[in-house]
Amino acid sequence: MRVLIKNGRVIDPGNLDDTLDLLIGEGRILAIGQDAGAQGSAGRVIDAAGRIVAPGLIDMHVHFRDPGEEYKETVETGGAAAVAGGFTAVCTMPNTKPVNDTAQVTRYILRKAEMARTVRVYPVAAVSIGSQGKALCEYGELKDAGAVALSDDGHPVVDSELLRRALEYAGAFGLFVISHCEDPALFARGVMNEGTIATRMGLSGIPNAAESIMVMRDIALCELTGTPVHIAHVSTRESVRAVRDAKKRGVRVTAETAPHYFTLTDAAVAHYDTNAKMNPPLRAEADRDALLEGLSDGTIDAIATDHAPQSTLDKAVEFDRAANGIVGLETALPLALRLVENGVLTLPGVIEKMAVNPGRIIGHPRRIAVGSPADLTVIDTERVFTVDAKRFRSKSRNTPFEGWTLRGKAVLTVVEGNVVFEDL
Amino acid sequence: MQFTKKDVLDIESLSVEEIHLILETAESMKEISTRAIKKVPTLRGKTVILFFYEPSTRTRTSFDIAAKRLSADTHSISVSTSSIVKGETLIDTAKNLQAMKPDVIVIRHSSSGAPHLLAGLLNCSIINAGDGMHEHPTQALLDVMTVKEHKGRIAGLRVAIIGDIAHSRVARSNMLAFTKLGAAVVVSGPPTMMPRGIERYGVSVTHRIDEAIDGADVIMMLRIQKERQESYLFPSEREYSIFYGLTGRRLENAKDGVLIMHPGPINRGVEIAPEVADGPYSLILDQVTNGVAIRMALLYLVMGGARNAGAD
Repeated sequence: MRVLIKNGRVIDPGNLDDTLDLLIGEGRILAIGQDAGAQGSAGRVIDAAGRIVAPGLIDMHVHFRDPGEEYKETVETGGAAAVAGGFTAVCTMPNTKPVNDTAQVTRYILRKAEMARTVRVYPVAAVSIGSQGKALCEYGELKDAGAVALSDDGHPVVDSELLRRALEYAGAFGLFVISHCEDPALFARGVMNEGTIATRMGLSGIPNAAESIMVMRDIALCELTGTPVHIAHVSTRESVRAVRDAKKRGVRVTAETAPHYFTLTDAAVAHYDTNAKMNPPLRAEADRDALLEGLSDGTIDAIATDHAPQSTLDKAVEFDRAANGIVGLETALPLALRLVENGVLTLPGVIEKMAVNPGRIIGHPRRIAVGSPADLTVIDTERVFTVDAKRFRSKSRNTPFEGWTLRGKAVLTVVEGNVVFEDL
Repeated sequence: MQFTKKDVLDIESLSVEEIHLILETAESMKEISTRAIKKVPTLRGKTVILFFYEPSTRTRTSFDIAAKRLSADTHSISVSTSSIVKGETLIDTAKNLQAMKPDVIVIRHSSSGAPHLLAGLLNCSIINAGDGMHEHPTQALLDVMTVKEHKGRIAGLRVAIIGDIAHSRVARSNMLAFTKLGAAVVVSGPPTMMPRGIERYGVSVTHRIDEAIDGADVIMMLRIQKERQESYLFPSEREYSIFYGLTGRRLENAKDGVLIMHPGPINRGVEIAPEVADGPYSLILDQVTNGVAIRMALLYLVMGGARNAGAD
């Protein structure tokens, strides 16, 4: 069925920003313009007046826990949460059980995504077998099966020689590496950011250097090999500085941060709230400021959620024993829109960080042009709502934003021409 | 004033007035332990569960004796005898205990914040008997009581706390308690044992133990845990005792009438020399005696003793 989206403010950063109609059908954008409707009989007309029509948002960093920990999330529930949050595509991290280190696991995830018919899934496969940091996976086969990138997310690649060879070998297949930067020795047994609050709460701290040391090493390996490296979940000011300097030198490094890092600080951990426990940890105000600056000046390319569902089994325990991570898909866009309110980014800037840049980095560009895949997100920037985790589509409820009143959300999500979510 | 808190979780959340009330109550409780028949009926019919996730001799015995001197019934649970070894979660174990209608659960746990987790879930009172590296409020209260007994005041005193500050719940509670009551606190130890942001406690920091001792009215030594050597915090017990141990020779430069304290258990010859631990300035055993009084006071106060029985 053809759908006509009328009167929306169509923003394709650097390309389009105008009130236009979009006609979509057969999975593609068929026509753009004031008279787009005339070019075909639309089976459905959606009035998007006052709304933003953007290229479909892509979340480069999610954990769907499928296969292996389906009690936390599945491809179905994660996909439903994604499209409800306005995402048309996600990159699933490979730390499932079993780890996505073979073509079979990659194909399993893609088949489940196909059956779910919600979000597009771009699997990320492991750098090393079992993410154990000992031997390379079969990157050629993984790429053929549909993997778009490689990462041992959750486990840092400690062996620099292995990462060097991984980058060299992956480069031949057009793959890149998403790096979870953490020096496990410096990380020690830390459970939150090192600093005054950790000291007062009697919790072991994780210093900024546990992250930035690895960021600097990975930049050096990126320079050595020429294969692109993407730094996942940047949380510290030192990492921002390292990426900025590397980019100035022309190193092919990109970076993401997550809404919680630019919204919260380690003060959120007070009262031992396990929903504020994640890795890397929430940092200090100076780090948050540096992330905002990095987002603003382009050092940080992408906003990704690091959506990490955990059940109460893993969270309703002592703080130091609680699992890391928070869900993010259903709160990311409104939290990013706060950056527009605060003057950190423009509205097209937010769309760049959440759609255009992630698409470019993973090699699946999102543009609004005739013939392009009809992956679109319609946003109501004025819609005010209160975060209620009980109403999440995600199977898990672990959010530190419960009860927050936010402004702006996705009201229509279109994947390959199909309306997969609407809240018009 | 009346004590209105349901739980005693940390020194941080106690007001100066509440600390004074606890101290005054403990002073009146202390006399009970000197009687020929060391028991009063004040908490008859009350139930206290001693829930210890970590080994403890001194603190658990102290709470047990304190409760029994007030005629409360006590029941002890330790990790090795509980369902925890069968994989039950802290919350489930605690809810089951609550279902048996105790009035107070005294908890010691290796995880910082564990008592806070329970306090938010259970109706009965929770008393923190030490949580991870966070706080050990009853230890700080008994330390304050001991110093006050000997010096007559806390305000204006100089208190030196020496040792592994970073990993010590006793240090955290004492820094808060003594500064709240107007003492000047100086902490000392190698930089590896100083936590980040320590200055925010309003204490001064020196890495030279002689500077900390100089002019101190109270010297509190902390236990050095040998396993910290494996995380590179210090090279050897030998070197530690030379540079950070309290020896008789070092004490020669201390102020007259200085008080020596240690929360125990002590490592003789490591952080404290035997002649100092057993010497005339040592209050180590007074601390233990006052521990019973402080715990009697807290059990009495959280169980609404002031409202039900009246302090006799």
